[in-house]
Amino acid sequence: MSRDHDHDHAHGHGRPHRHPPRPDSDDRLGYYQVMEIALRELLIEKRVFSAVEINRAIEAMDARGEALGAKVVARAWADPAFKARLLADGTEAVRDFGIDMGTTRLFVVENTPAVHNLVVCTLCSCYPRMVLGLPPDWYKSRAYRSRAVKEPRAVLREFGTIVPDDREVRVHDSTADMRYLVLPLRPKGTDGWSEEKLAALVSRDAMIGVAFARTP
Amino acid sequence: MSAGANAAFKARFKPGDRVRVRKAYPPGHIRTPFYIRGHHGVIAHALGPFANPEELAYARSGLPAQPLYRVRFEQREVWPDYRGPAHDTLDVEIFQHWLDPA
Repeated sequence: MSRDHDHDHAHGHGRPHRHPPRPDSDDRLGYYQVMEIALRELLIEKRVFSAVEINRAIEAMDARGEALGAKVVARAWADPAFKARLLADGTEAVRDFGIDMGTTRLFVVENTPAVHNLVVCTLCSCYPRMVLGLPPDWYKSRAYRSRAVKEPRAVLREFGTIVPDDREVRVHDSTADMRYLVLPLRPKGTDGWSEEKLAALVSRDAMIGVAFARTP
Repeated sequence: MSAGANAAFKARFKPGDRVRVRKAYPPGHIRTPFYIRGHHGVIAHALGPFANPEELAYARSGLPAQPLYRVRFEQREVWPDYRGPAHDTLDVEIFQHWLDPA
């Protein structure tokens, strides 16, 4: 009851409003955390896999990041034949980069002067992890997931991304087996640039579709 | 039903076909979002057969596999109060058994 009143009050006095620090949430385990630990320990005891193998898998996941996706985009900008393959079958095309999509498929959507693409997963947090690594926290938030489908232009504006009204905004709700990667519009003034130089213009947010590629 | 590894339902739709998402609320692990049920769209891509997640969720085979489609909806049809231009769209992956011809 008194929780709300543990901090200095300055309501209406124009003084700083000091709140207590957010309580630690790692002092007790939730139901599914306990279940995960129990299952993991059993599988290790039964020698299905070892703790070292789990760590390696976590390291491999952590090593994936937007730099990988940026390389894919830069090649698509620089190499029309690769771009055609990427749009036709993203899963196959990204094998060139040693990327294995596992049980999912990569579906690449191209931004053009007529269409701007935006990716969301309203049901959970489906994300092209094999290409971009772990999703940002906001991507998993209820606010993003519910608003991106219903008021995408307002969401884009909050990211500082103003899509002109004559350009269609196309939202992709990642509900099943596809994982979506946005191929952003190549910025002007980059003719003849190397793939390496181009890749530096490609941000994670541009590949989710909440931003444009950086301009040189 | 016994089904081989390649068992799949036959595709009923092709790109350009008009469809309506079933307005049904069965319990279970359903990948058709609530907000899109009952709405009309057009098949944008036929993606081929995929094991049915409603079955996979209960450790069953998911076979015969269900054809999966990317269905394109007009935002203004989905959200009557949509504020953006009329040409804004929304693509959702939907399994065939959730679609009726329209």
